[in-house]
Amino acid sequence: MNLVAAIAERNAAELPGKRDEDWRWTDLRGLVREAPAPSAPFAGDLPAGRFDALADARKVLVNGGEAVIEIPKGASAVLALRLVGRGPGSHVASAAIRVGANARLTLLETYERDGGTLADATLTIAVAEGAAVERIVLAEDHEDAVSISQAEVTLSPAARFAQTVLASGARRQRLETRVLHPGGKAELRLDGLYLLGDKRHSDQTTVVTHAGAEGLTVQLTKGVVRDQARGVFQGRIVVEEGADRTDAKMGHHGLILSDRAEIDAKPELEIYADDVACAHGNTVGALDDEALFYARQRGIPEDEARALLTEAFVGEVVDRIDHEGAREVVRAWVADRLRA
Amino acid sequence: MLKVENLHAAVDGKEILKGLSLEVPAGEVHAIMGPNGAGKSTLSYVLTGRDGYEVTGGSATLDGEDLLALAPDERAARGVFLSFQYPLEIPGVPALTFIRTALNAQRRARGEGEISAPEFLKLARTKSAELKIDFEMLKRALNVGFSGGEKKRMEILQMAMLSPRFLILDETDSGLDIDALRIVSEGVNALRSPDRAMLVITHYQRLLDYIKPDRVHVLAGGRIVASGGPELALELEKAGYERYEAAA
Repeated sequence: MNLVAAIAERNAAELPGKRDEDWRWTDLRGLVREAPAPSAPFAGDLPAGRFDALADARKVLVNGGEAVIEIPKGASAVLALRLVGRGPGSHVASAAIRVGANARLTLLETYERDGGTLADATLTIAVAEGAAVERIVLAEDHEDAVSISQAEVTLSPAARFAQTVLASGARRQRLETRVLHPGGKAELRLDGLYLLGDKRHSDQTTVVTHAGAEGLTVQLTKGVVRDQARGVFQGRIVVEEGADRTDAKMGHHGLILSDRAEIDAKPELEIYADDVACAHGNTVGALDDEALFYARQRGIPEDEARALLTEAFVGEVVDRIDHEGAREVVRAWVADRLRA
Repeated sequence: MLKVENLHAAVDGKEILKGLSLEVPAGEVHAIMGPNGAGKSTLSYVLTGRDGYEVTGGSATLDGEDLLALAPDERAARGVFLSFQYPLEIPGVPALTFIRTALNAQRRARGEGEISAPEFLKLARTKSAELKIDFEMLKRALNVGFSGGEKKRMEILQMAMLSPRFLILDETDSGLDIDALRIVSEGVNALRSPDRAMLVITHYQRLLDYIKPDRVHVLAGGRIVASGGPELALELEKAGYERYEAAA
């Protein structure tokens, strides 16, 4: 049984848990003993979304629902998509997005789920030849939400898909992206950033399958955890037989700011093709004490010095966002979280 | 200005400073010379409050205020500046951002207003020109990929912009060629004034040809074992530290 069915049928015993290899650091079955009742329909007003001002089209899904979004061939759009959970309860939402040949889409997606929700969203994103999509996901769920997002991206040759997932965690939070990469000069960037405090958890899982020759993938995820928070990064790149001359780079770098915080990382490359250039780097550590002392010797108080060095650490991910307006929204969001 | 009395300090439980006493009045430049392992860098870190340098006895005051009770950033705001022997690389933080953050933090701590952006940029342009630092370099991450000489020049630039009252130069000449040494020394000498004092820590006499000290102290075995005028440095250059190491 899949996750959507388990939630829809309130079958807690079928939720994925630590015995499922892919979910062992994001145990839902052990956490959710009884699935909550379905979320009630929502009738009230919502405050404006973080990206509303930047978008020329808006779509809001509250407590479930479906959306079908079509960007015609050659068109250009900036779409704000909000996945909102109001009040306790369980629900599933879905969105099907088709981007026509040579079209351009900036997808500004937010997750805003209340405490007590158990929610999943499934997205399918099909990117036609020569089209370019930048997807920015800002997940700012309530600390007591169980919030899942699963996206399946299918690229065509010569398409470009760039993604940045930003997460502040929840009781359990998982943001999963699976990409079918056809090669053929299609370009993929998959970035992520998690900034976690208190007892929050966040899981960024990606699977990229290179099915054809001459594909490019670059991936950079960074994370900062403090208090008793837990960050999870699972990145898998599969280069299938025949996907020769694939060029793939994966990086994950975590910063642990307290003794009781934790980061679990599993970078994986599976290569069945020839003449490929694949690399991954993974580091997890603390702030550099010497750099901290240096900053303090120049008069910067300890908290400010920590924030400055931490912002510098994560800044690289933010700088890679193409859409200027979204980049500045994200930069401010990051600064707020790090200086809180 | 600076008054150090019978200072004892340990690193990892091992005593490095063993009763060091020193007075540097305002307006003067004092040199501390000594063999490797004498405690020269320890002294600079104890005065600036680095973690892991434990004071086990004695005192250090700046204009009568107990330095040792203050956090590193509070000491900086009171005007204590250390030019590091090995300046740190700060990835992701442009030099200009770092210096402006430091300057404004110090000004806030002293109850002064923050410096305006145009005023700050003007100051940065003037001071970097004086030190022959390409202004474009200040837009890059501080010290990342800089040569040894460039890092030392960035230290002096920060010093010039932060305008401290008590300056500690820890082996500032190491890694500098003659031209860079001259530029750095001119930068330091420009900061000499009746209300500032400096402590120049060096292994070699060479730097003191450029930054002329009023007094020279020999640090050996964790204590000051001899003090004299500038001629003491020349004597050391000839005779070496051997007889002081024996005395320590």
